[in-house]
Amino acid sequence: MIRLKDINKNFGNVPILKHIDLRVNKGETVVIIGPSGSGKSTLLRCLNLLEQPTSGYLRIADDSLQLKEGDSIKQADVMKIRLHTGMVFQAHHLFPHMTAVQNVMEGLVTVRRQAKVEARAAALRLLKKVGLADKADSYPFQLSGGQQQRVGIARALALEPNVLLFDEPTSALDPEIVGEVLNVMGDLKQEGMTMVIVTHEMQFARLIADHIIFLDQGVVVEEGSPDQVFDAPTQKRTKQFLQRLDWMRERIPTGHEAELFAPQNEEVGIVH
Amino acid sequence: MEIFLDSLWPLLKAGVLFAVPLTLISFAVGLVLALLTALARLSSIKPLVWLARFYVWIIRGTPLLVQLFIIFYGLPSLGITIGAFSAAIIGFSLSVGAYNAEVMRAAIQSIPKGQWEAAESLGMTRSQILRRIILPQAARVSVPPLSNSFISLVKDTSLAATITVTEMFQRAQQIAAVTYEHMLIYCEVALIYLFFSTILSALQARVEKYFERYTVR
Ligand SMILES: Nc1ncnc2c1ncn2[C@@H]1O[C@H](COP(=O)(O)OP(=O)(O)OP(=O)(O)O)[C@@H](O)[C@H]1O
Ligand SMILES: [Mg+2]
Repeated sequence: MIRLKDINKNFGNVPILKHIDLRVNKGETVVIIGPSGSGKSTLLRCLNLLEQPTSGYLRIADDSLQLKEGDSIKQADVMKIRLHTGMVFQAHHLFPHMTAVQNVMEGLVTVRRQAKVEARAAALRLLKKVGLADKADSYPFQLSGGQQQRVGIARALALEPNVLLFDEPTSALDPEIVGEVLNVMGDLKQEGMTMVIVTHEMQFARLIADHIIFLDQGVVVEEGSPDQVFDAPTQKRTKQFLQRLDWMRERIPTGHEAELFAPQNEEVGIVH
Repeated sequence: MEIFLDSLWPLLKAGVLFAVPLTLISFAVGLVLALLTALARLSSIKPLVWLARFYVWIIRGTPLLVQLFIIFYGLPSLGITIGAFSAAIIGFSLSVGAYNAEVMRAAIQSIPKGQWEAAESLGMTRSQILRRIILPQAARVSVPPLSNSFISLVKDTSLAATITVTEMFQRAQQIAAVTYEHMLIYCEVALIYLFFSTILSALQARVEKYFERYTVR
């Protein structure tokens, strides 16, 4: 479904992604993990061309692009690739001036030029699917963080993309509502959706991933099945990263302690 | 008192016939100009950016009164003659456009980048995103400064008197000249302006309320 060959991305002349090769099969769930600043978001954003790769080959479904340094992509090619993907953002980025159902309809009405009545019916079905049928006419500010994120998922699903991209969909959420978003993602996997997910939720990654990619300093350091990568990492950097996470898991205070030791909690956040 | 009442009708009539249409038309045209200028400033086409900056620079750097005189008294010497009312509309529109271009540019830029990205990821084009996502949100941000500019415009229309438009102030001058009741007549016309701007302020409050429907109260 997705194929990347030798994708490079520079910001200015700083290389951020280096020689990325990636293959995502239809119906597969790929999870990208790695330290902060390693280029996970950038890689994900290269997939729907929110960032233009500096060079390399990119194919999604049956549309492909070959880029050399200095090339600019034609808008029509960007649109073709984009229509194969849907994206869910960490900060949801719902349109605040539209109700939940209007948010979900927007792509259908504006991009696909569907009639409002039809689009609304389709949007309501999607909201129902993410468990928010009763919130259709609420504005985003009237919804909880988890509900907002589920509307975000419904919006990304509306144009029936071949691939869904998630950039830390639960990082901005309170721990007790993370589950409702993860459940929706689990359901999508059951239905055979192809997904690429960036997340810091390692337990969830392990549970949902068919394939794990460990990215560090813009390089795919290690990849494989969750069991391979989590239980038998072969690379030193992967081991270090996972050890640090383990250490943190022991150290992460419970909710109650976190309130008592707020500064310590911040330190933990940086390691993420 | 009699003079007050006698002059009230002609003044109001001048207001309704000239000041009000002058304000409404100039403001509408000015807003379109302001939006186009803001978009030009934000575009990546260099000449457009320069043109927009030049326009704002000229209009904001010179008195409105002088601009009106150039349009009405100056242009005919270049062979371009424009009626007083049209000249006033041109002058006021240019002014509204220049002053509010910056307001609109700031409003557009204040919309978070994530809104663009979310819309782009849906496959919307730049103009679709502007129209459907960015401008509706920017409109809300710019209502307070735009209403201030609108109320200023109501008062500024009195300047049209200087280029022979018979709006309220011109009428007031005429009546004062005949009756010698300067204090009375000018206070009366001030009251009428006050009346118009108060109504508009109330309207502003309603518009703001409308836009607040989707924000946390
Ligand atoms: N628009 C940009 N311009 C310049 N540098 C950028 C830009 N976006 C990202 N970077 C840099 O690229 C690197 C990778 O950023 P990226 O956001 O992809 O990391 P990440 O793995 O998603 O990190 P995190 O886990 O903190 O989200 C960082 O060093 C970042 O500073
Ligand atoms: Mg990131």
